[in-house]
Amino acid sequence: MNKFTTIQKQCSVDWDALNNSGKTVIYLGMASCGKAAGADKVKAIILDTIKKYKIEAELVEVGCIGTCYLEPLMDIKTNGAPRISFGNVTEKNAETIIRKYIVEKEDISKRSLGYFGPKGLNGLPGFFEQPMLKDQVRVVTKNCGIIDPGNIRHYIANEGYAGLVKALSKKPDEIIKEITHAGIRGRGGAGFPTGIKWRTCRNTKSDEKYLICNADEGDPGAFMNRLLIESDPHALLEGMLIAAYTIGGTHGYIYTRAEYPLAITRLQNALDQVKEYGLMGKNILGSGFSFEIKIKEGAGAFVCGEETSLIHSIEGKRGMPRTRPPFPAVSGLNGKPTVINNVETLGTIPHILRNGPEWYRQFGVEGNFGTKTFSLVGKIRRSGLIEVPLGTSLRKIIYDIGGGTQKPFKAVQTGGPSGGCIPKELLDTPMTYESLAKVGSIMGSGGLIVMDQDTCVVDLARYFLDFIQKESCGKCTPCRVGTRHIVEILEKICQGQAEPDFLDKLESLSHLVKATSLCGLGQTAPNPVLSTLRYFRQEYIQHVDEYYCPALVCSSLIEYTVIKDKCTGCQRCVSVCPTGAITGPRSEPHNLDIDKCIKCRACYEICRFDAIAGNAIVISGRKRQ
Amino acid sequence: MERLDVSYDKILHAYPNEEGSLIPLLQKMQATKRYISPEMVEAVADYLGITESQVYGVASFYSQFRFTEPGKHSISVCLGTACHVNGGETLLETFERDLNIKPGECTPDKKFDLNRVACIGCCALAPVVKVDNDVHSKVNVIKLKEIWTSYE
Repeated sequence: MNKFTTIQKQCSVDWDALNNSGKTVIYLGMASCGKAAGADKVKAIILDTIKKYKIEAELVEVGCIGTCYLEPLMDIKTNGAPRISFGNVTEKNAETIIRKYIVEKEDISKRSLGYFGPKGLNGLPGFFEQPMLKDQVRVVTKNCGIIDPGNIRHYIANEGYAGLVKALSKKPDEIIKEITHAGIRGRGGAGFPTGIKWRTCRNTKSDEKYLICNADEGDPGAFMNRLLIESDPHALLEGMLIAAYTIGGTHGYIYTRAEYPLAITRLQNALDQVKEYGLMGKNILGSGFSFEIKIKEGAGAFVCGEETSLIHSIEGKRGMPRTRPPFPAVSGLNGKPTVINNVETLGTIPHILRNGPEWYRQFGVEGNFGTKTFSLVGKIRRSGLIEVPLGTSLRKIIYDIGGGTQKPFKAVQTGGPSGGCIPKELLDTPMTYESLAKVGSIMGSGGLIVMDQDTCVVDLARYFLDFIQKESCGKCTPCRVGTRHIVEILEKICQGQAEPDFLDKLESLSHLVKATSLCGLGQTAPNPVLSTLRYFRQEYIQHVDEYYCPALVCSSLIEYTVIKDKCTGCQRCVSVCPTGAITGPRSEPHNLDIDKCIKCRACYEICRFDAIAGNAIVISGRKRQ
Repeated sequence: MERLDVSYDKILHAYPNEEGSLIPLLQKMQATKRYISPEMVEAVADYLGITESQVYGVASFYSQFRFTEPGKHSISVCLGTACHVNGGETLLETFERDLNIKPGECTPDKKFDLNRVACIGCCALAPVVKVDNDVHSKVNVIKLKEIWTSYE
């Protein structure tokens, strides 16, 4: 243990030397979202610029701070000033920023997002006082975007593995008591109390016990786990080590999606480091506790997020669920007691150990303590990953943090394909497991998809059910056949081929699938249909009775037209139309032949962004006469 | 039986001869040629002492495994929820038309294969399209052609 105290001290000294000295440091956000926005190219420019101007600077690759809409993010600490952040950095302006700010010492702080630190500077608010960040409480995301996820020393310098050290000095039962008192519930979606799960497994006698981290983040539109692993992989590993020590675990697995290659690389690197530092393996920190963690790459099956399917998949079988009980905590992987926890749950555990359960209980509301991360995406101004105390209202999340929508807000989908659609009348619903269930949705893993008036709820329900139907493992009939029929009904509604009794059929079939499916996948699959029917029935009726899609999304129910008064005849649309539906000589209003039009949207897009007139092509609905 | 390709031996023997090795083995095999050939299935079945149909049974359950040769470049259109509400499906339709193939297929000249992917987790930059390992963000139907022609 003494040896680790020495390491901790060294790491703190190094961290201080990096961040609190006169040294010039450039921090670049290099998580998947940053890379998708062009961070790799910006990195090359940074390196070239440093060389060109002979700047003595260190480049630190950090993870994602959560403000994905501002990616790529480049922070600079130089000339005695604190770390300052620049958003939406491009290949074109990266060099200018570095040259002006570092070399020429020009004050370009007005162009920045603010300085790091508790207070603002130079009349600018602090980085974390930005509207998107000021109402957030960063517990599990504390290090994200701040430290280098590839460097264990950064993590250790920021209290890393202090929770593990504390845990190893306690009896497992004491830890279970603390976790139970903290009141943390499974962040994967179902919200089962973590303390109870651990106790069940601890109390089951067995020579071998497994701990599995469920990182099979399959919800389309959710990326909390990806971001956390890419930005702070050691938080997850520390949580796993604490959990394993508590339940008496002998083997650990991280079951992760193959679609997240960067997360896998960072995890593997982190695993190599903990081994090197003696934090994983035999006799960890001289405590007598031994544990090893392996990565299991998922092979692409949404149902494997369900714990019994996940176990089957690790065992090398088709990932199909089985009935419970026995619960995995009693009989799981290879028939041995197994605890399966979500990434976020495990990532939170070290913080509870370090700061105590009372500290954790200050966040959230009775029965729903702590914080939760959400991926705030869709038609929202400020999209990204956020962390807020449970009990925060949807209104606060969408308007104060997310900045609202550009066009009028319509609804928000929580809980991914298993969740429901919540309309604007219910925006004051607090984010708790129970209140979300009451309005017909679920907490789920944390995807929040915001929709505005241009989103068709019928099309969205069709999308979710189509997804579920493709991902259904086929084991039980209600899910395999039932979801298929629901999709067929929804497709007909979207195509304007519905019959008057379709909505009743849809409703009764949905209830049937919900009541009779084997696992959570089928049991929750109809939620998107039932919740949209509950809050947006009128929109369904318009599709069925009038063949009208008010959001102008369902392609069979819309048509494209050229507004002759607006069209200047610039021929941009003519050049992109793949079917020759648009004709007309230059400088004269064009014609659009609706019989030839395949509604590919190319003319609409080009008219909005690239044409001389702009907005001369419009989409309109066809109401049944 | 015909002798199996010996180069598979190295991959096979890196894993213990047990059921749990099946999926990692198939993943490693696929990494060599970007698809699973009938010879690979035979080799894995032989090594683990199970039938080829058992191997196919597991492999075909998971969307990661493909059984036909992919193109030189792989195009994946993300159809996660955020991409869907921002027009992902229109992008896929446009690719289908431009390349004249359906998802899961490969162009006759073997240059491109087209795939749909449930979500790659870059939702804040939706809609996104992935070509090989490059993620293109905030794509629209006009940008599409520029993207895939740059790989030709």
